[in-house]
Amino acid sequence: MFSTLDFSVIPLALPAIFKGLAFSLELTLIAMIGGVILGTLLALARLSGGKWLGRAAKFYVDIMRSIPLLMMILWFFFLIPLLTGQPIGQEKSAIITFTLFQAAFYSEIMRAGIQSIPRGQVNAALAIGMTYWQSMGHVILPQAFRNMVPVLLTQTFVLFQDTSLVYAIGATDLLKAAENAGMLYGRTVEMYLFVSLIYFAICFALSMLVKYMNKRIAIIR
Amino acid sequence: MSAPVLQTRDLRLAYGRHEVVRGLGFELAPGAIACLLGPSGCGKTTVLRAIAGFERLLGGEIHFEARLIGSADTHLAPEARGIGMVFQDYALFPHLSVAANIGFGLGKLARPAREARVAEMLELVGLASEAQKFPHELSGGQQQRVALARALAPHPALVLLDEPFSNLDSEMRERLSLEVRDILKAAGTAAILVTHDQHEAFAMADEIGVMHEGRIQQWADAWQLYHRPANRFVADFVGQGAIVQGVVRDPATVEIELGRLSSNVPVECCHGSRECVVDVLLRPDDIVHDDSSPLQAIVARKAFKGAEILYTLRLPSGAEVLSLVPSHHNHTIGQPIGIRLDVEQVVTFPHA
Repeated sequence: MFSTLDFSVIPLALPAIFKGLAFSLELTLIAMIGGVILGTLLALARLSGGKWLGRAAKFYVDIMRSIPLLMMILWFFFLIPLLTGQPIGQEKSAIITFTLFQAAFYSEIMRAGIQSIPRGQVNAALAIGMTYWQSMGHVILPQAFRNMVPVLLTQTFVLFQDTSLVYAIGATDLLKAAENAGMLYGRTVEMYLFVSLIYFAICFALSMLVKYMNKRIAIIR
Repeated sequence: MSAPVLQTRDLRLAYGRHEVVRGLGFELAPGAIACLLGPSGCGKTTVLRAIAGFERLLGGEIHFEARLIGSADTHLAPEARGIGMVFQDYALFPHLSVAANIGFGLGKLARPAREARVAEMLELVGLASEAQKFPHELSGGQQQRVALARALAPHPALVLLDEPFSNLDSEMRERLSLEVRDILKAAGTAAILVTHDQHEAFAMADEIGVMHEGRIQQWADAWQLYHRPANRFVADFVGQGAIVQGVVRDPATVEIELGRLSSNVPVECCHGSRECVVDVLLRPDDIVHDDSSPLQAIVARKAFKGAEILYTLRLPSGAEVLSLVPSHHNHTIGQPIGIRLDVEQVVTFPHA
């Protein structure tokens, strides 16, 4: 059966595929950075001891984690224009949805990271004269973040794989670009094979990075 | 005498509904090193945490540098107190270098002043060559000194040390406790040490408060605690010794199995009957080995200490006493040896 495959179309399709890949990576990167920042704020809100702030943050996280991502993507894309009166475009919509959605997951990771830092570290910072927020910023968060980098990266490759869901609103990511090229040249199977190779290569490289970082962090701890 | 740097009065502290410290108070002169000594669970660490500001008071007052920093309704935040603290596990910041750890509390200083102070502290604790290392690259003793330098860097008038040597081996512990004392004295900083190890307390502190069940049983220097313990708890907890029964012959004489001792018998001991029974504390250095003495005791146990052997001796009545003997007098268990009394400070307690 493999004798019928023709990979010669791949070079032809490469420019379009790279464009799709660029968007997938852009989406991943922005959603990761935005998600980690928002997630850290959510984690701080939950640990702040403030009753309503903590509850609001927990509610947000619970909601995000109990709705399928695909549904979020669709809702956001169709609801926001209804609310604001103007369409925001597939790519922008995807970026905002992913950031908001991933923040919930990153916040749980950051929360675990913050809680893994011994209480004595805050006390030590307070005893030297730092305020609670200063000790958070200078002592707790840097350590929590460092300890959690491997877990955050693991979550990131889930995020990267999930970017393929944006096909639902017609944004052109890596998968969609490959599909389009497959249709155009009538070589769908080859394109799917090629694109899965790209997904694999990227995720494998990331997982090697995670492994390396785990080792380095184990030494420091 | 100058005004005390720290005063605590009638402190009451609780965990939940369980009161762990009640009616505790003491004063500390500027530059003095004090120690709260007691068995685990006596409340000593809780007192330290209250002075640092990590525990709220149920009652009583804490004054630091003539300012009320804690009472039942006043609670100055730890970061506003300006009291340094060295933690049991050091709590160094693992993501920062030694120099950055020490300079951490100096954020208000300009950069050159901060660097000068860090260099000064590194010099003081003898770690100048380790400035750029990270805490995990240092030995336990070095980490301990970084923690001390970090606490001392912002010039606090008082440093609190919570069981600072408990993670070190015993040899290191002894050396470092003397070293830490020298560092504190060189910095002129008052300190309170919390420990359950009396040797640590003796090595470091000018004055020692022996704590038991949330109260200070006696506040004195090491010599006083050992030779003039205020009560049986202090007598038991500090140093070794044995309690034997004695009979009070007159207000200045107590007779025990081994002979007569001149002593001022405590008043509570003898109201009413003229002759009464008391408990007499005999320290291992009160009983001297003397081959020519007619008094004999049988070796029941022995513990080799290097320069000395600590013998447990059984008297004819069956009572046991301890004797510290130079180790070239090596006797076997079961052998009778000659002893005599050499008691300078007779310590008596009401018979239990």
